[in-house]
Amino acid sequence: MRAVSRSLRQPAIIVWLCFLAVCAGVIARTHFSADLSAFLPRAPTEQQRVLVEQLRDGLVSRLILVGIDGGDATGRANVSRNVAAKLREDKRFSAINNGEPVGQARDERFVFEHRYQLSPAVTPERFSVAGLKDALADSLDLLTSSAGMMTKDLLPHDPTGEVAALVSQLDSGAQPAMQDGVWASRDGRRAVLLAQTASAGSDTDAQASAIAAIREAFAHAAPGASPYRLLMTGPGVFAVDTRDTIMRDVRWLSAASIALIVVLLLAVYRSVPTLLLGLMPVLSGVAAGVAAVSLVFGTVHGLTLGFGTTLIGEAVDYSIYLFVQSAGVERRESLKDWVASFWPTIRLGVLTSICGFASMLFSGFPGLVQLGLYSIVGLSTAGIVTRFVLPHALPQNFAIRDVSRLGKRLARFAAHASRLRAALAVLLLAAVAILLMHRHGLWSQELSALSPVPKASQDLDERLRADVGAPDVRYLVVVSAANEQAALERAEAVAHQLQPLVDAHVIAGYESPARYLPSDAAQRARIASLPSAADLRTRLAAALRDQTIRVKPEVFEPFIADVEAVRAQPPLRRADLQGTSMALAVDSLLTERDGRWTAMLPLRAAEGPELQAQTIRAAVAASQVPDALFVDMKAEADRLYQNYVREDIRLSLGGFAAIVVLLVLALRSPVRAARTLAPLVAAVIVVIAGLALAGKSLTILHLIGMLLIVAVGSNYALFFNYRAHAGRDAISPQTLVSLVIANLATVLGFGLLALSSVPMLKTFGLTVGPGAILALLFSAILAPRSGFSR
Amino acid sequence: MRAFYAALAAAVLCVTSTLAVAADASWTLDRLMNTLGAKKSGRAHFTETRYLKIAQEPLESSGELVFVAPDHLEKHTASPKPENLVVDGDMLTVDRNGRKVTIPLRNYPELGAFIESIRATLAGNRFALENAYTVSIDGKGDDWTMTLVPTDSRMKQKVSSITLAGTGAALARVEIRQADGDRSLMRLQDASAH
Repeated sequence: MRAVSRSLRQPAIIVWLCFLAVCAGVIARTHFSADLSAFLPRAPTEQQRVLVEQLRDGLVSRLILVGIDGGDATGRANVSRNVAAKLREDKRFSAINNGEPVGQARDERFVFEHRYQLSPAVTPERFSVAGLKDALADSLDLLTSSAGMMTKDLLPHDPTGEVAALVSQLDSGAQPAMQDGVWASRDGRRAVLLAQTASAGSDTDAQASAIAAIREAFAHAAPGASPYRLLMTGPGVFAVDTRDTIMRDVRWLSAASIALIVVLLLAVYRSVPTLLLGLMPVLSGVAAGVAAVSLVFGTVHGLTLGFGTTLIGEAVDYSIYLFVQSAGVERRESLKDWVASFWPTIRLGVLTSICGFASMLFSGFPGLVQLGLYSIVGLSTAGIVTRFVLPHALPQNFAIRDVSRLGKRLARFAAHASRLRAALAVLLLAAVAILLMHRHGLWSQELSALSPVPKASQDLDERLRADVGAPDVRYLVVVSAANEQAALERAEAVAHQLQPLVDAHVIAGYESPARYLPSDAAQRARIASLPSAADLRTRLAAALRDQTIRVKPEVFEPFIADVEAVRAQPPLRRADLQGTSMALAVDSLLTERDGRWTAMLPLRAAEGPELQAQTIRAAVAASQVPDALFVDMKAEADRLYQNYVREDIRLSLGGFAAIVVLLVLALRSPVRAARTLAPLVAAVIVVIAGLALAGKSLTILHLIGMLLIVAVGSNYALFFNYRAHAGRDAISPQTLVSLVIANLATVLGFGLLALSSVPMLKTFGLTVGPGAILALLFSAILAPRSGFSR
Repeated sequence: MRAFYAALAAAVLCVTSTLAVAADASWTLDRLMNTLGAKKSGRAHFTETRYLKIAQEPLESSGELVFVAPDHLEKHTASPKPENLVVDGDMLTVDRNGRKVTIPLRNYPELGAFIESIRATLAGNRFALENAYTVSIDGKGDDWTMTLVPTDSRMKQKVSSITLAGTGAALARVEIRQADGDRSLMRLQDASAH
């Protein structure tokens, strides 16, 4: 008790407690997230901004693809119909499509009633005598066809065939295969549904709720032991899965790493108070890291906490060094001695680690920046607390278990470790040979390699997408304007240039919000093309002469009446689309953000060779719409990734250079710096060769992992080289014990990450875990020989 | 009127001749269906005449009709304008003016019922016919008439009746009367290779 109250009077302890209180205050108000936005790169160019926004909340982000497997085709179709019927009543979805003709009557009615505002064919020429004559010839021609029985009812209202033209445009998209009246996969072994959620794909909670609704509807339609299986994919599904995985992993990783380290430390210290003291710097570091990320980013990502387990593993090293290295000597004296002889080494170790993590601060991925900041703040705090706070908190009679026996054994090994140099050389040569053999295809070339979504889910997504007939948006033209009308007008100007490309089969088709909601200007121009009733009657009578099929002019009185009525109608508004499937199209293609209206025109590539991007760019430029952008999402994504590979190679080299400079300055000898780095570089080479041998392709995450091997491993290497520099001729058994325990703690922290199902954490774990062990081992093998000569 | 179908096998010929002999026996829908169903494929020229109120004279078209049991039907119009219509199972493909459209019949029940009137008759599929129509039959084996009246009210708004007539397994005439008084008459002439 007295010891505690004495401690509380120490200024350092008071400052530390205040600091912890502030951190606790910040953390209490912190918002924790686990959405996918941390994996979406910052977008340097306008095209890439479109890409990232689409991925975040675009039309594509709202789609959930549902597959129903098993049973027979009829049964699957029934399940599909039941699921769709239930979901159509659900407010969480704005559209459910499974191939059933739901809402078709309403859409047809809308098209029929607004045909003169909607049809681009409505021009003054079309309603001249010659124009009417051509249009009539086509429509009458259709009477003799098989469809004649169906179209003849429409003829008196629509002799120019606007409805047929509009409907054929709507149907132009690629349709999935049909089986028993519902969509099916191409191989006919799955029924497929497309659900469009009302909420954006980035709203993970809403997506989770929508996914639950689909599961419930399926359980209802195919209860209990039915042979049917539900498959789901889509950005929202990925987001929810990833969040759940991250949350689950973070929980068990943190718990497991703390438990393992507690067991390890208890085994060494055999004292609960010592253990608690040892965890002091770690917990302070975690608190400070979380608080710092919260203050800088506003939210803390679940991944940051997951990565935090490695921090626990590394930060606990500092107190281990203090306890073990200063043990067995009279306390006051030994502390001073420890600070004088060991602290500079540890400080240098902390600084090299910080150099490594600092490179993450400049990454284009917000998630990595968080990890970098968290680690830097956490490690510095742990180091400072170990140096300035922990010594004051130690009780007068502080001692740990005697580890000298272990120490002696380790010293014997260390003394003979240099004999393994030849073996190390062979291993290194083998590793280099492996890397040379695997140098092609060693690096992953796609952005998706960074995706937190497991490969199996990506494959399922690709299969279902192919089944539904490619609703993935790869090519887009994006126009923006200050208001809705201007955006629509610009979309029309671009569409005007795109139409000839469709006719020339350069592209198979395009979508545009203006197709369903033409700008007021376009609507007014169309209405103005319509002649008065008297004029129309005269022109029609003239146009009907000399037709191969003779029709009495009186037949077309409904047409004349409809045209007269539409001339008095107000322009079509967004609200008029309510309840039609066109409303959905407009909602997804015409969006407003921060007072800026954006219209998107997705292009459908023609079958066959590569899309002629140059021709399309020229057409878009010819529309003279300012800031109109043609975006190839895949090309942008790949370009983005290549930029990141380049960026991260630069950053990693920069981080490595900073560590080199730091070591040269601190050790005041390039030779000694090289000796410190040699085992670390060797560890990196062997680890990467191992990954290549296991058939893993490398991403920028591995690159960062390599830098972390150097940053973390330097702590061990320094003890072998810096100590020698300080004048002692051998590394003490006590120090060796502390190194081995510290290394174990670090490897536990990173090693646990290797078991994570989040690819990013797994990558770090697989790279840094083995790397840390090898770094210590190689450091011992390559330690200056003279140091051990007796 | 010549037969729509050529005989494909001696067995089938036997059935037809037996039928001719037994012409006096009562001619039932089942017997007609059996006779029609025995033919597995066929090919015929058609001429179709439409009498529409809006047109001042009848509209003529002609071409070829192909059937392969149990559910494949093709209608190739050659004049006045080429058009290909292929029904295979549930899918209808229309190819006209260089545009090809494929739709599932299930989603267009009226169109489906209309196509079924010819297809199910040729297939001898009584179940499919009675699914959409009230069927009545008249005449004898070598000169029968079958009248279909839609059961579905929406279909009734379009079509009042479809009358099919033929000799034995050969369909010779299809007449469609629409609810608005328009009608069309298709005459068939066998074109199968023997």
